[in-house]
Amino acid sequence: MKIADLSTNDKPNWCPGCGNYGILMAMKQALVSLNIPPHNTVVVSGIGCSGKIVHWLKTYGFETLHGRPLPVATGIKLANNRLTVIANGGDGDGYGIGGNHFIHSLRRNPDITYIVHNNMVYSLTTGQTSPTSQKGFKSKSTPFGVIELPVNPLKVGLAMGGSFIARGYAGDLAHLSKIIAAGIKHKGFSLIDVLQPCVVFNKVNTYDFYKKRVYKLEEEGHNVRDVEAAWRKADEWGERIPIGIFYTDDRESYEQDLPQLAKKPLALQELNADVRRELMERYA
Amino acid sequence: MTGKKKKGEIINSFSWKIGGPAGFGIKASGEIMSKALMRAGLWVFDTDEYPSLIRGGHNTYQVRASDEEIHSAVRQLDILVALDEATITKNFREMRKGGIIIYEETTAPVSKIKTLIKKRGDIRLFPFPLVKIAEEEGNILMRNVVAIAASLAITAFPITVLNAVLRDFFRKKGSRVISSNIHAAMRGYKLAEKYAKEEITDYAVRLVPLVNDKNGKKKRILLTGNDATAMGAVQAGMKLYAAYPMTPASSILHTLAALERKYSLVVKHTEDELAAMNMAIGAGFAGVRAMVGTSGGGFALMTEALGMAGCSEVPVVAVVSQRVGPSTGMPTFTEQGDLRFVMHASQGDFPRVVLAPGDVEEAFYKIGEAFNYSEEYQLPVIVLLDKYLSESHKSVNPFRTSRVKIRRGKLLSQKELNALKEYNRYEITPTGVSRRVIPGMKGGVHHVTSYEHDETGHFTEDSRERTAMVDKRMRKLEYLKKRLPEPMLYGNKRAKITIVTWGTPKGAILEAMKLLKKEGVLINLLHYIYILPFREEPLMKISRRNRLIIAENNATGQFASVIREKTGVYIKDRILKYDGRPFFPEEIKEDVLRIIRGDSK
Repeated sequence: MKIADLSTNDKPNWCPGCGNYGILMAMKQALVSLNIPPHNTVVVSGIGCSGKIVHWLKTYGFETLHGRPLPVATGIKLANNRLTVIANGGDGDGYGIGGNHFIHSLRRNPDITYIVHNNMVYSLTTGQTSPTSQKGFKSKSTPFGVIELPVNPLKVGLAMGGSFIARGYAGDLAHLSKIIAAGIKHKGFSLIDVLQPCVVFNKVNTYDFYKKRVYKLEEEGHNVRDVEAAWRKADEWGERIPIGIFYTDDRESYEQDLPQLAKKPLALQELNADVRRELMERYA
Repeated sequence: MTGKKKKGEIINSFSWKIGGPAGFGIKASGEIMSKALMRAGLWVFDTDEYPSLIRGGHNTYQVRASDEEIHSAVRQLDILVALDEATITKNFREMRKGGIIIYEETTAPVSKIKTLIKKRGDIRLFPFPLVKIAEEEGNILMRNVVAIAASLAITAFPITVLNAVLRDFFRKKGSRVISSNIHAAMRGYKLAEKYAKEEITDYAVRLVPLVNDKNGKKKRILLTGNDATAMGAVQAGMKLYAAYPMTPASSILHTLAALERKYSLVVKHTEDELAAMNMAIGAGFAGVRAMVGTSGGGFALMTEALGMAGCSEVPVVAVVSQRVGPSTGMPTFTEQGDLRFVMHASQGDFPRVVLAPGDVEEAFYKIGEAFNYSEEYQLPVIVLLDKYLSESHKSVNPFRTSRVKIRRGKLLSQKELNALKEYNRYEITPTGVSRRVIPGMKGGVHHVTSYEHDETGHFTEDSRERTAMVDKRMRKLEYLKKRLPEPMLYGNKRAKITIVTWGTPKGAILEAMKLLKKEGVLINLLHYIYILPFREEPLMKISRRNRLIIAENNATGQFASVIREKTGVYIKDRILKYDGRPFFPEEIKEDVLRIIRGDSK
């Protein structure tokens, strides 16, 4: 399998320099490295700049609604647990309007890789604040600066029992593709929050901003099984910003706890139920 | 039928109601009574009324039995069992001439309303030591079983049938509970039999078991619209059900959850209705028959995803059991107020099917058709129930499960896909239906989207492509319309007056037709199950020769407005009810008489 096998004829219409290009390429590299055939992969997205990613990836895809990629992805996974399901969403999509699905997916633990294109701003709607914008961030909807604190998705992930909590950086393709591959391999819900510069609407969290700050957890001996260490690292944001896998454990995925999926995915089962006897037993 | 009919006797036409606070086992009483009568070969219909709370309030359960099929509840009661005072004050007006109220002075004092009852002059009071017997047998809760037994004694119905039902009903609670219930029932039965012989020798209503098949039994089943919907969905190959609990749809979730492993389904109680609908759509895209169930308020949250199913052409079935709106409304009461809402929910124009089964049988068979249409035409199908259908039990002959056929339309097999040179998910076709493949199939890679798109699924804002894609989607509905069953005409074809309705008022109207016939008034019924797409011709045809009356369980005549919109036929005469209760045959009869006699209300 080659990168070209995953490429469509169309060119992405993201802005030049957008962090989404890095995420798209990292996804392709991860799928190639794992040798997952395109017809066994479903990429699900929401609405926003990130949502368009399904159009430029030659796998099965579903571009859903703003905030809803996770329940759609979960439905796909429950219907056919042999598929590799990757959900994509933005920070507004996942941590704002889809926040309820986000927290419940973490505790539900379906085997889905969830890549959040976190640019800390609403871009497709031309520059409003987002749930991850830093306090004081000025935008069209917050001309006097954001009053709320930003969502810390990694801490939410840990608090909700997430079984794979990671952060990548769109400017470090090789590193990001490795995290995505690890997320896909992980049997459970993999949260991958990706720091993604928006070159048009976010003049604070730029490539330059991140370049100076990001460092790799694995280079500093972080133990991914140590939940307390993960909490400490998740709190680190300032002069130094950690990227990499914060935490992972091996608890059962949602599908693994469903015996009705053990033999065959739902989508491949025969539709031959006959409830005749059941009716007599229950209702006669 | 056994036994000789005495003069003036009414055999096997029985209407019974029990009432009391929540927590008194009112629902259980009704179910036990219904099952006993059904197992004796009688036709049964029951319905309950309860407030939105867990303890207290006024709860009632009405059971009807007959040796003819019953289609609805009635207003008139033969026996009322009052476990509290409110049951008497709120229900004694419904008593038939000569009807009996079973009560106990300590818990349901009639002394306060004695003058009212006296004024009517034709209600018999039957004071009975319900609590005393129950307590002596070990548990005050058994007062309802004592009351059932007393009711059966008065109507001379054999106690043995009841005992068998009690055995089944309390099986999980163990043999001690069973035997004390049977003891309590026996005592109640014997005492009531004695009282009845001494004091009300002329009571008219008698219940006689029907034993007329070879095995000495009439095998029927007794189930609600929700039961039938759940079982029908399993029969139709539904594999995923996602829902958030909401009255009156919740029991579909409960039934299916219990069957999850046996029938290899995934049944998911989701975090909210948004998740439920999106999950079902995801599953539908991946190739399984998926369904959601909710009421109007939950469906409000599903509307954004409904439009996505329409745009991306993913099959999904949504069961919406209506309750009283607007907003939270009266959560445990019935109404048909969501027709216009589900017809138009979500932004933009897209095809959908809206159908409303009228009874338990239709609920079972039509849910299968809902799945077929959703897959054949690749669109969302909305099945409208209401509290009355969802939670009322009706006895029916066992469903013929072989009648449920599975049609999946243009869902390609891997072999069929391999034979194609090119595959486009949204190929423009004469019928509007494109070939469908599911993820995992080799050579079919494509994406679907909530954006407007071209034939490949790629988003487009091109004016010609946009128009072509809208036309393609909407064509499916025109094509489907020609294949939909026509509305049924019930009753005498030569009648000059036709009641038009949709969904559940069917039952009360069928019964009202019989009552009207006795008055010399001949009417028939045009019953619509499929509202979208709408078959105009039958309505237009009948409107040219008959006087039409519409009957709907809502305030504004939503279906009447649909008819006018689709056909230009304006139906002036309307029977609308929106007090949270279903139609009763008696009131349909009165309203029809009022309308044809030109009286003002």
